[in-house]
Amino acid sequence: MMTELLWLLPLVPLAGAAATGLLGRRLPKRAVTLVAVGASGAAFVLALAAFMELLSLAPGDRRIEREFFTWIAAGDFTAQASLLLDPLSAVMTLVVTGVGFIIHIYSIGYMRAEDGYYRFFAYMNLFLFSMLLLVLAGNFLLMFVGWEGVGLCSYLLIGYDFHRPAAADAGKKAFVVNRIGDVGFILGVLLVFLTFGDLGFGRVFGKIASDPSRFPPEAGVGVLTSIALLLFVGATGKSAQIPLHVWLPDAMEGPTPVSALIHAATMVTAGVYMVVRCAPLFSRAPVALDVVLVVGLATALMAATIGLAQTDIKRVLAYSTVSQLGFMFMAAGAGAFSAGIFHLMTHAFFKALLFLGAGSVIHALSGEQDLRRMGGLRRRIPVTFWTMLVAALAISGIFPLAGFFSKDEILWAAWAGGHPTVWILGLLTAGLTALYMFRLIYLAFFGEPRHAEGVHPHESPRSMTGPLVALAILSAAGGFIGLPAWLGANRFARFLEPSLSLVHRGAVPHFSHALEFAFAALSVAVALAGIFAAHRIYLARPGGAGRIAARWGAIHRLLRDRYRVDEFYDRAVVRPLLGLSERTLWQRVDVGVIDRAVNGAGASILSLGGILRGMQNGLIRSYAAWILAGMAAVLLYLSLLRS
Amino acid sequence: MDVPFILSWTTYLPAACALLLLALPGASDRALRRIALAGSLAAFVLSLHLVFHFDPFTGRMQFEESVSWIRLPAFEIRHHLGVDGISLFMVLLTTFLTPLVLLSSWRSVTQRVRPFLACILLLETGMIGVFCALDLMLFYVLWEVVLIPMYFLIGIWGGERRLYAAVKFILYTMTGSLLMLVGILYLFFAAGGDTFSLVELVARLESGALGWTSREELWLFLAFGLAFAIKVPLVPLHTWLPDAHVEAPTAGSVILAGVLLKMGAYGLLRFCLPLFPGAALALAPCISVLAVIGILYGALVAMVQPDLKKLVAYSSVSHMGLVVLGIFTFTTPGLEGALVQMVGHGLSTGALFLLVGMLYDRRHTRRIADFGGVAHASPVLAAAFLVVTLSSIALPGLNGFVGEVLILVGSFSRSKVFGTLAAVGMVLGAVYMLRMYQRVFWGPKNPANAGMGDIGTREKVLLLPILLLMLWIGVYPPPFLRRMDASVAGVLRRVESARAPGGSYRVDFMDARGTPGEETK
Amino acid sequence: MNPYLVLSLLLFLVGTTGFIVKKNVLAMFLCVELMLNAANLAFVAFARDLGQLQGQIFVFLVMVVAAAEAAVGLAIMIVLYRRRQTLNPDDADTMKG
Repeated sequence: MMTELLWLLPLVPLAGAAATGLLGRRLPKRAVTLVAVGASGAAFVLALAAFMELLSLAPGDRRIEREFFTWIAAGDFTAQASLLLDPLSAVMTLVVTGVGFIIHIYSIGYMRAEDGYYRFFAYMNLFLFSMLLLVLAGNFLLMFVGWEGVGLCSYLLIGYDFHRPAAADAGKKAFVVNRIGDVGFILGVLLVFLTFGDLGFGRVFGKIASDPSRFPPEAGVGVLTSIALLLFVGATGKSAQIPLHVWLPDAMEGPTPVSALIHAATMVTAGVYMVVRCAPLFSRAPVALDVVLVVGLATALMAATIGLAQTDIKRVLAYSTVSQLGFMFMAAGAGAFSAGIFHLMTHAFFKALLFLGAGSVIHALSGEQDLRRMGGLRRRIPVTFWTMLVAALAISGIFPLAGFFSKDEILWAAWAGGHPTVWILGLLTAGLTALYMFRLIYLAFFGEPRHAEGVHPHESPRSMTGPLVALAILSAAGGFIGLPAWLGANRFARFLEPSLSLVHRGAVPHFSHALEFAFAALSVAVALAGIFAAHRIYLARPGGAGRIAARWGAIHRLLRDRYRVDEFYDRAVVRPLLGLSERTLWQRVDVGVIDRAVNGAGASILSLGGILRGMQNGLIRSYAAWILAGMAAVLLYLSLLRS
Repeated sequence: MDVPFILSWTTYLPAACALLLLALPGASDRALRRIALAGSLAAFVLSLHLVFHFDPFTGRMQFEESVSWIRLPAFEIRHHLGVDGISLFMVLLTTFLTPLVLLSSWRSVTQRVRPFLACILLLETGMIGVFCALDLMLFYVLWEVVLIPMYFLIGIWGGERRLYAAVKFILYTMTGSLLMLVGILYLFFAAGGDTFSLVELVARLESGALGWTSREELWLFLAFGLAFAIKVPLVPLHTWLPDAHVEAPTAGSVILAGVLLKMGAYGLLRFCLPLFPGAALALAPCISVLAVIGILYGALVAMVQPDLKKLVAYSSVSHMGLVVLGIFTFTTPGLEGALVQMVGHGLSTGALFLLVGMLYDRRHTRRIADFGGVAHASPVLAAAFLVVTLSSIALPGLNGFVGEVLILVGSFSRSKVFGTLAAVGMVLGAVYMLRMYQRVFWGPKNPANAGMGDIGTREKVLLLPILLLMLWIGVYPPPFLRRMDASVAGVLRRVESARAPGGSYRVDFMDARGTPGEETK
Repeated sequence: MNPYLVLSLLLFLVGTTGFIVKKNVLAMFLCVELMLNAANLAFVAFARDLGQLQGQIFVFLVMVVAAAEAAVGLAIMIVLYRRRQTLNPDDADTMKG
């Protein structure tokens, strides 16, 4: 039944967006809330129903594709409006609608005092629609529609407070940087079409799988690798990986629920989702996989180090998100696609929780975001504290919280896939994760209160703490659906298996469960070490952080300034481009050369006319003389011709 | 139901209405405006008849009509009209935009209303005629007819430097069209000096009764192509456009960007490709290079414009470069994408000029730096502007994307380099449009906007049809694409027929024989 | 034959020179008449020499035109004199009254 109504899933939030966006100004707030939150809730229920129906099918049949109409057709180019429900998209749909629904509820309280209440919810519903379209799309081009759609919503929501120039700038920057990635994506899509003559996921991957002679695993950079790399360019944009990571920290200018939903839990993971969706393609392109791996690792490490030195609570979380996304790409790059999706899911839970908790902290402190002016909030806002602590433990990878299972699986995959260096650096990053996360916890909730006079911290309303608790439960227990092999069977990976249809690189080496267990224990130990270090530096010894910063001044400044990547782009790309456009192209070429040539042609004709005008002096006798001269000339010519 | 002379009715109804306006000496401005609007709406209704009775399965001309116009013993010029899948949507675009343009000037034009309305209606007749004419001489006459009202629109109701802009506009265009006249006459005499009919000439070329040496074909292509390239405009022949746009009144800008530029691209499709396919093939690489330069150049220069209208004008250069690139891919997606992009650009850029006009009516400035925070004062205007902006930067789900992606498919399948460079234009488009949007509409509340007020009912009525059409083309384009298929296939067949068996053609201005050279692919 | 043509040429040259040199409209007018009559003389001479009538017919036409011209020209001259108190054409070198 549900599979027949698949189209309802994205359209319900779209209807909600249309209703709140077009009529919201005239509706009372309560009606807006009812429509918008109702739409997201309905989408969640539908997603749940679809998931259940998918589960009831045999594992081999868990693939429902519906074509609704031909969207674009010209010559041999056709793109259908088609939706695809398979285990991968079902999991994503659940994450998107579930976390989306929770955050919608949270927003009721958080956005209560805002003027643009209806506008906010219209954008949020529109985002859900675009994200569901992205996830459920049955072909590359439709996925691109959702891909750009979520980018638009992100732009609108970051710029929600458009009267603040910082927010307006951040929105524009997010869109433009994403567009750079999107060019890679669309070129990849075009190359897919040129290579396969088709855009549907099922048919393209079917062709790859059924024709191994034409599409063998590529040693160098063949067509599959080119496609994979172009698509990955798109993923780096959307998922904020090096070198296009610069937009995500700025995106924190948006309201906190937006940061939680779009810039932590769902939209930024679209890149990971896309890479996993194209697993049949990537797994035949080892060079591309290596690029994914290296970029993911570098991003994870770089963002984690930056996260150590940020003082804005949301920026710490933003860099944490960038870092965790790097982990997901590491998983994909190591060939452990299902581990990437697993981490995507657990990350959605605990990162959304962290952001919502941060929102609650900011709310409690009347808008304060600077960690240096927090402290001692543990007892004032206990629900927020405890739930955030759960999330922090989860992201640090402490057994048995959700983050432990997923992160451990990624690190294990890196080792098992034959990348020991990646494993070591990944472990280091995991330690840094624990360090910066507990730095945040200690600075915000422990120690002496440092907030400004006249601020009275207070716990948030029920509509905000409820979602925190719900997400805390998910963060704590969400990992059990993907227990590693040494604790039983990994049901999550097996569920996703039909969506991936991988080609393994050679024989998978087999390791004993004992070794796997030892690795897990080691990663927990590293995380605990990180927490311990945070405790020593930020809590036990007051001023410890300042001493370290002073001692490693240059490095500290570099981290605080985010490696000065923004400044580098500004100087290397933005300004030269503007200078080229303004001075060379416009002033010199357009005005200086072309227009001058045109005006010059006009002026020379005018001056020629000026000379001839002398003849037309209005003196009748001079006319007569000219006539005479002309006649004489004609006669002369004729007589010369005659002779 | 077959209405005789439906095309003539559609074409000349606005002109008749213009005459009526001039013949009513006592009427008030209000009455005149209503008559003009009624006339243009009637033309729109008539053009709807074309859509409903259009047969998408044939590439031939439909609703054809042909009567003798100028008859001499040796030859005759026929009043020969017809539409096919290529011109159908151009006609519709014209009849759709004209009533909106009249509506948009309801308040803003108060001086010399009568000649203003007459100019616009005359312009409409000329434009519809250009898209329907199948006789070269008739086409030329109507092509020139379009110039005159436009000249007056810029020169009389324009801004400060209107005379400079108007003269520049007319000189640029006249230069091109005079060469085209020479080309037409050469074609006429080469074909035996008895007909100007496009259909007949193409038939003779197809049957082999008429043929070109490659040198002849190149020069003829250039004579026609120059006129069209100026109109498009193709870099480096574009500098009339920013001046004309900036100085023209809103109505003039909308028509200029919405329809007039399309006449150039339409001419390439209708005349250059079927009549001189060999030269089109040979020159395709050069023209594609110019088109790609135009895409990037227009976008880069648009990025630094301080004036709203100039920014939109340069963005037109960029978008029309994409259209030309699409045409010269000689692929079905490329050509159909170009056609969709022509319609889409007409809608989005037309709407942009309408919106800029609304801003100008309120603030009497077009400098981007003078604005800021407009969204506080006029939220609906800001929302409409945002949708149009997104359509202009080809957001999927709106019209711009369909055209752009098809053109990219076409050009990427021909040349990966051109395809990639054209795609880069998408980034630049987002940069300049969003920069402009941010600086005009976002930012803190601005006391200068205090008296602005949001858009009223008339303006909503004006924008709503455009926005709905944008959404329609973006979400469900098949009704448009299907009607283009057969005609586009016809043009492509003509072009492919010129590909020598070895698939080679080379650029050679002096050699009389088409010697095999490098691949043009 | 030749004497007639020589006379015609002389008459014409006198007329032309006078037209260019004279500063009085009336005198210039007379010079125009001289030129016309030079042409008339040539017409008649050729007509007689070639034995055709067209030349003679043309002379009549020229005379009629000359008469009409004289009427219009004199009228213009009177108007000019009334307005400008001069008969020098150099003073009337603009089209505006």
